[in-house]
Amino acid sequence: MTSKRADVLVDADWVQEHLEDSNVVFVEVDEDVSAYDGGHIAGAVKLDWKSELQDAVIRDFVSKEDFAALLSAKGIGNDDTVVLYGGNNNWFAAYAYWYFKVYGHADVRLLDGGRKKWELDGRPMTTDAVSRQATSYTAQEQDTSIRAFRDEALAAIDTLNLVDVRSPDEFSGKLLAPAHLPQEQSQRGGHIPGAINVPWSKAANDDGTFKTDDELRTLYGEAGLDDGRDTIAYCRIGERSSHTWFVLRELLGHDNVKNYDGSWTEYGSLVGVPIAKGA
Amino acid sequence: MDLTSETVIQGQVLREGSPVPAAYVRLLDAGGEFTAEVKTSAEGRFRFFAAPGQWTLRALSAGGSAEHGLTADKGLNEAQLELS
Repeated sequence: MTSKRADVLVDADWVQEHLEDSNVVFVEVDEDVSAYDGGHIAGAVKLDWKSELQDAVIRDFVSKEDFAALLSAKGIGNDDTVVLYGGNNNWFAAYAYWYFKVYGHADVRLLDGGRKKWELDGRPMTTDAVSRQATSYTAQEQDTSIRAFRDEALAAIDTLNLVDVRSPDEFSGKLLAPAHLPQEQSQRGGHIPGAINVPWSKAANDDGTFKTDDELRTLYGEAGLDDGRDTIAYCRIGERSSHTWFVLRELLGHDNVKNYDGSWTEYGSLVGVPIAKGA
Repeated sequence: MDLTSETVIQGQVLREGSPVPAAYVRLLDAGGEFTAEVKTSAEGRFRFFAAPGQWTLRALSAGGSAEHGLTADKGLNEAQLELS
């Protein structure tokens, strides 16, 4: 396991040095899509994680063809370096990172600290409209070696590492959703039996940047993550667990890590599956 | 928002009495664990859906920081954070 940090994470100085680089596309991904309109990194295009990355009817990704059409329209080419950043400590940017990887984009990176660190450091933002020339993007078949579905989550009990990255109160069943969101979500509260609870926030500093590799290894080691087993990460809807998936697979270099994007809103509504309560 | 069943913690971030927009407010549980984070509105306001119990609010902006502890009950709980 060797760290790939330099290949997958960039800092603000790197961004400012590459603002004019035609092979680098900056993409802002937010839950609150009005954030971008209030100011963004110069040249960055906007991606709406819900309206553009989720199918409008069934609960799933958009199709390979629709993803290719989306990236073509945004002016993103297959050979471009895509640098993602966003609010919520990069939750949705990390989700988009994982999503781009599922559809096979070669060079994707995250801006360490996302929008928050950029703002707190007083880096320049603009409201100038951005237009990029359309491309002809080709997406790959979904890479399901990094995406878990409900049957795999169920089969993982007592077999794989299950990492529940929600807050302790969601893990125990006290809350059904993060405290800034309304609580009507899954039918039941609790967690998948055997899951360890390592809230995503423990992998990040207050300013949203990732902790060091040594700190991260210690964090998951002390929480009981077994290096010899494959891992499935989950949260409520798969965005916070993308953050942890990024840490385990992309920063720490674990081989077989999947993100379960059905997550608790799916598992906690399944009929007849085992649920554990409490810490 | 159903205040008969939900526990809402909301309030405002101020600096020298004026609202601070775009400040980051974190909600930490009784054990000091991160629970949620939101950004204040143009009027410096924020809102969390929590549960009854002990909580800590922490605000962070380019202009300073603030911390505030509270005990929340079911219904509406108001808090003010003054940056320094």
